[in-house]
Amino acid sequence: MSEMTIHLKIWRQKTNKDAGHFEDYTLPDVNEHMSFLEMLDVLNENLMKEGKDPVEFDHDCREGICGSCNMVINGRAHGPKLKTAACQLHMRTYNDGDTIVIEPPRAAAFPIIKDLVVDRSAFDRIIQAGGYVSVKTGAAPEANLIPVEQDTSNDSFDYATCIGCGACVAACPNSSASLFTGAKLSHLNRLPQGNPERAKRTVAMVQQMEEEGFGDCSNYAECEAVCPVGISISAIAEMRREYVKALF
Amino acid sequence: MKLDPKIPAGPLAEKWTNHKENMALVSPNNKRKFTILVVGTGLAGASAAASLAELGYNVHTFSILDSARRAHSIAAQGGINAAKNYQNDGDSVYRLFYDTIKGGDYRSREANVYRLAEVSNAIIDQAVAQGVPFGREYGGLLDNRSFGGAQVSRTFYSRGQTGQQLLLGAYQAMMKEVHSGKIKDHQRQEMLDLVLVDGVARGIITRDLVSGEIQKWYGDAVVLCTGGYGNVFYLSTNAKNCNVTAAWRCHKRGAAFANPCFVQIHPTCIPVSGDYQSKLTLMSESLRNDGRVWVPRKKGDKRSPNDIPEEERYYFLEERYPSFGNLVPRDVASRNAKLVTDEGLGVGETGLAVYLDFRDAIKRDGESVIRAKYGNLFDMYLNITDENPYELPMKIFPAVHYTMGGLWVDYNLMSNVPGLFVAGEANFSDHGANRLGASALMQGLSDGYFIIPYTVGDYLAGAKLPKVDTEHEAFSEAAEASKGQLDKLLAVKGKKTIIEFHRELGKILWDKVGITRSKEGLEEAIDEIRALRDQFWKDVRVPGDANYYNKYLEFANRLADYFELAELMALDAIDREESCGSHLRDEFQTEEGEAIRNDKEFAFVSAWEYLGVNGKLETKLHKESLIFEFVEMKQRSYK
Repeated sequence: MSEMTIHLKIWRQKTNKDAGHFEDYTLPDVNEHMSFLEMLDVLNENLMKEGKDPVEFDHDCREGICGSCNMVINGRAHGPKLKTAACQLHMRTYNDGDTIVIEPPRAAAFPIIKDLVVDRSAFDRIIQAGGYVSVKTGAAPEANLIPVEQDTSNDSFDYATCIGCGACVAACPNSSASLFTGAKLSHLNRLPQGNPERAKRTVAMVQQMEEEGFGDCSNYAECEAVCPVGISISAIAEMRREYVKALF
Repeated sequence: MKLDPKIPAGPLAEKWTNHKENMALVSPNNKRKFTILVVGTGLAGASAAASLAELGYNVHTFSILDSARRAHSIAAQGGINAAKNYQNDGDSVYRLFYDTIKGGDYRSREANVYRLAEVSNAIIDQAVAQGVPFGREYGGLLDNRSFGGAQVSRTFYSRGQTGQQLLLGAYQAMMKEVHSGKIKDHQRQEMLDLVLVDGVARGIITRDLVSGEIQKWYGDAVVLCTGGYGNVFYLSTNAKNCNVTAAWRCHKRGAAFANPCFVQIHPTCIPVSGDYQSKLTLMSESLRNDGRVWVPRKKGDKRSPNDIPEEERYYFLEERYPSFGNLVPRDVASRNAKLVTDEGLGVGETGLAVYLDFRDAIKRDGESVIRAKYGNLFDMYLNITDENPYELPMKIFPAVHYTMGGLWVDYNLMSNVPGLFVAGEANFSDHGANRLGASALMQGLSDGYFIIPYTVGDYLAGAKLPKVDTEHEAFSEAAEASKGQLDKLLAVKGKKTIIEFHRELGKILWDKVGITRSKEGLEEAIDEIRALRDQFWKDVRVPGDANYYNKYLEFANRLADYFELAELMALDAIDREESCGSHLRDEFQTEEGEAIRNDKEFAFVSAWEYLGVNGKLETKLHKESLIFEFVEMKQRSYK
């Protein structure tokens, strides 16, 4: 088990109105088995003992499933490991003496609250616009009444695994939420249960996405590259097809 | 304090139907006159909020996180039980009921558990209709897997992310109602107090976690769905923000806290790696379908596990429990892992781990089949430990996972405080002294979709609720108290950090109120908890102020409540002079280490009344007798 010295450059911003700036910190005894967030816990313990304000960051499950964490690490949302959320990143990825730059995900639709914490409620509003099947509690038919092909069900599941972290937005030069929106459409639209509302859902969610101030997709594919659960960019192609079909 | 469980009369299988038919109804035009506050938006809260809003009530939802989609229900991996009997293997509502009552070691209510089994099938129907992508067979119909404590395959699953998919289903149903305007969703809002007017729950106090503002909310009923208290141990599989504060503040306002010592310690988690550890990661129980649990027969055997021949491997669950083998319930599996590591047979750097080995399953079914079933779990394991479970057995150890205890509720899921309902893990209702795998998702959604919408309506139809608004003095008194506690925490300005205190508290509980307990250890624990609590209030350092976003202030405020709860857990464990389910007292076990229940004296729910904290926790025990009319209490055996 080896200990490393790690240098950190972290974005500090007191409030939404504050200008914000980078601050430098050094941690002399980082264990390689620590998770990235545990390394930040240790930094915060040190800061608080020195009477300084800890770095605020969103985190909860620390298992890569809740989507709370979404910091940008050395310019890449969630850091260097493919299909890995920041909370599942471990310090063994880094070397003694490395400098790590940590920023919030930056997008006009994600205003900064404090330090690395941003407001992602725009995502909820995209789902509110149509990201559901309208079925009242108690109105459902027997579950095995409608068979769903195994491949269709598996594909639907793959899109449904989106954790709503917003890394796709942070990585996109246009700050587009197309991967997030497309993933939900691709999850629901291909299922027989989601079919009746397919056209209405597609138009409503795409329009809401635009209203929230997210940019359009120019096929950079940065979103797919940083997605911690590996949502395929084919979701965006499907969304565009569905959108055009829905309009005519 | 009066604890009337209000169990409907009649035969077990007819109780819920009869009860529903006799409930008072609120007419559609009147529903819109009522406001319901739903606190917590995980499986229970999101499903309750969506269902109540669909009925026409005005609903306010409150979440401490930035979106309802992030609630910790999302992390549940393995599955959800239902009595569909799609496998034609003899399952039925009665059998699911029986397995759950037995799994809980006969410390839950027959009527509640039967209802849970009864509505289980409707949950699957609802989820499928919402577009939840469950695992399916080639023919397109739903697939099942096996879970611990059952001899039938009744668990529905979405690969290793069943909780995520079910929560997203409930969340989306909730978002639909936000769009329709029936739900007002408040994110990053933490409930700090319950407001009582004339002894009836009429509102809550929250803190806006961004602006720091203390806010007052009025409601005709409060539905608490705020999860369990496993994080009292500091290290647990719970998400970092899971906490007991909302439930504990209700307890301080008069709601009884039931069975606090019943804590589920899950057998298959990734072991602790160092003192910086912030939480533990569960490896789904479903892995025990194909993984075999073992340790070397020889103490201190340092060979690589793959070099240890078959005859020198001690498959302790298979040997000790031949009929259930690796699929014994969680409490039994955890206790046995502790037994073998106590004997010095543990593996890994710390000796606090056992193997979970897929070698034979991979040989039998091929790697691709195992990858299809558990791929994401294996990836997660590899990522955390840097070891490849396709090549080397996983190292696992028990960790705190779920709390069966919680606020006491009657059959209608209402606490002893009128108007305060409690659903999901936050209540104590269905799992007795041990919860079976894949039953938490079932209970959360059963409560939220199919019970709360009926029972809250019945309450509102019959309650006489004089007009009250947030100008009432009860609101300002509660708001002041909440603010006062935050100021008090900030004013300590001590030297020790919040996490240092929390770790110490967790260690006391893990060592003395953990997998096994003894009278002597519990008494020591109480002294240590009291001393540490005193020190906390003298020496904690809370950074910043209460006027803006301050995560560590939230943590400190929650830890203050854990310090009180911890003492109650130890008191409850001392009082329960028997072993049952998750609660194993050293003094009450067979020579082979099996639990000895005492049905004559302890077939009751312990419900504690809060009287105050004055150096020590002042509390009073009330007992609700458990009456078994339909099943015979037997010594649980998985041999």
